[in-house]
Amino acid sequence: MTALKPGLRLKSGVCTAEVMIVKGAGEASLTCGGVPMLGLDESVDGAQAVAAEMNGCQVGKRYVNDDQSLEVLCIKPGEGSLAAGGAPLAVKQAKKLPSSD
Amino acid sequence: MNVAMLLQMAAEAGVGRIALTSGGRHYAAAEILAAAGGAAERIRASGCRFVSLLDVSSAATPVALFGAAMAGVPYAPLNYRLPAEQIKALIARLDSLYLIADDDNWAAHRGDPGIGEALTSAQFLEEALAHQDPDPVWPDDPGVAVQLFTSGTTGPPKAAILRHEHLMSYILGSVEFMSAEEDEATLVSVPPYHIAGISALLSSIYAARRIVQLADFSAPAWLDLVEREAVTSAFVVPTMLARIVEELEDGGGSWDLRTLRAIAYGGGHMPVSVIERALGLFPTVDFTNAYGLTETSSTITLLGPEDHRQAVASDEPEMRRRLGSVGQALPSVEIEIRDADGEALAPGQTGEIYVRGPQVSGEYRERSAIDSDGWFPTRDIGHLDADGYLHLGGRADDVIVRGGENISPAEIEDVLLTHPAVGDAAAVAVASEQWGEAVGVAVVLKSGASTSEDALRDLVRSRLRSSRVPEAFRFVDELPYNETGKLLRRSIKRWFA
Repeated sequence: MTALKPGLRLKSGVCTAEVMIVKGAGEASLTCGGVPMLGLDESVDGAQAVAAEMNGCQVGKRYVNDDQSLEVLCIKPGEGSLAAGGAPLAVKQAKKLPSSD
Repeated sequence: MNVAMLLQMAAEAGVGRIALTSGGRHYAAAEILAAAGGAAERIRASGCRFVSLLDVSSAATPVALFGAAMAGVPYAPLNYRLPAEQIKALIARLDSLYLIADDDNWAAHRGDPGIGEALTSAQFLEEALAHQDPDPVWPDDPGVAVQLFTSGTTGPPKAAILRHEHLMSYILGSVEFMSAEEDEATLVSVPPYHIAGISALLSSIYAARRIVQLADFSAPAWLDLVEREAVTSAFVVPTMLARIVEELEDGGGSWDLRTLRAIAYGGGHMPVSVIERALGLFPTVDFTNAYGLTETSSTITLLGPEDHRQAVASDEPEMRRRLGSVGQALPSVEIEIRDADGEALAPGQTGEIYVRGPQVSGEYRERSAIDSDGWFPTRDIGHLDADGYLHLGGRADDVIVRGGENISPAEIEDVLLTHPAVGDAAAVAVASEQWGEAVGVAVVLKSGASTSEDALRDLVRSRLRSSRVPEAFRFVDELPYNETGKLLRRSIKRWFA
């Protein structure tokens, strides 16, 4: 379980993916490729990815759980899929806006 | 969160792209990242608690902004056009300060109380590039990202605070990562101490859109740069657009502006007459009107290109009026109009604009203006139409209260500006024995043109209610604006005192 805090960065134990917590409170078990995600300074040996959870995550996309109480930003791409508490996270669909800056 | 993340993502994904063109040099996002890393190291070593840029836009601007973020220190850019005494007073409020200034301001202020370390912009950039750190580290959540002194047309400047979470919420909620085409270039002509100058850097870096800087705005310089750098988009404040329109209508110059695809405008009231002329001059350009405040991390409502086209093409009065609106709220932003007692008002009713959302800070150094439910009172007056389009009526402090009736200056100004002889106009409250307050207008006539008070009164009477008809007139050579195009109504009021 990871204590969720906006700004916290986590990395995958099975691929190159990294995420940053955008929104979330309390604790969650975040996984990538079916394996718990790690703090940037942590490491793990011999983690085995779950083949069914290797569909990739895309840099710059925001991923959310069902009720959108959890939102993470993919900051480095990887082969693993993101999930929280065993449930896959989905890409947050955003309306395309004209640039106003 | 930390805005440095936006730059790091752009640096890794945007290989081969140019992020910034400045002073005839191109910079990739990875170069800005490494230079900011070098700057952060030196800011940390100085022990200073704030970083200020006191200069026009240059390559030093993004390096200072992101360098401060990586060092975990608030970035507090200062207005270089202020008188020296005012700059000195602001520096004293930023104890201790890491100051990056143009040569003259460096010489004038390096010994001011509050200065921890002072460098010229050239020196700062040179050192940052000499100590590049291609893989910088930064704190996950250092709190305050930016502190801006609001231009404050009333009272001493307030120090508005934007936390990293506010700016990140704004960017993640409104900009798609790497969404710019390879050829896109945006022209930034707003000064670096303005919220629009900061959001322009963050948005364009995250979208991987090349930034072209114009340090000192003039219409010919802006048009030259669009042509020379094949600029595809730009943000301008209303006075800039008005000058560009005038230059194209009257000037003898000719520019190839075919690369230009989008113009966004905001930062003040845009007269309908100016935007109509601009739409005529740039028929293929997408226009977007953005409304926002420093305290809301820039844009909170948008009137998009399609809205502009529909409004111009329509014969329905309600639809046409949309051209004078600032559009609808961003998906993550809520807007509410409230009366003086704080009760929510229905569409069509005018009151104070309240805003809520993750990008809204509403916080000053001294206090937070956010209420217990998260709403920020903007002190702007307006109403929503039935479809949620927001129409602004000016600042709450500028409303003219005539015999208990609230009159927004903008509605009178918009009518006066449709007169062919009127170049500029401002309506303010003047004292009236009968009504408490009445309408006074200051009018600038176009060169060689003439009209009369009676003719202008008749024009207003023909379009608006009789309470809007001006009682007092002043014909003047020009109206007073500050450097970002904000009309200084207090100065105009004094003309009628």
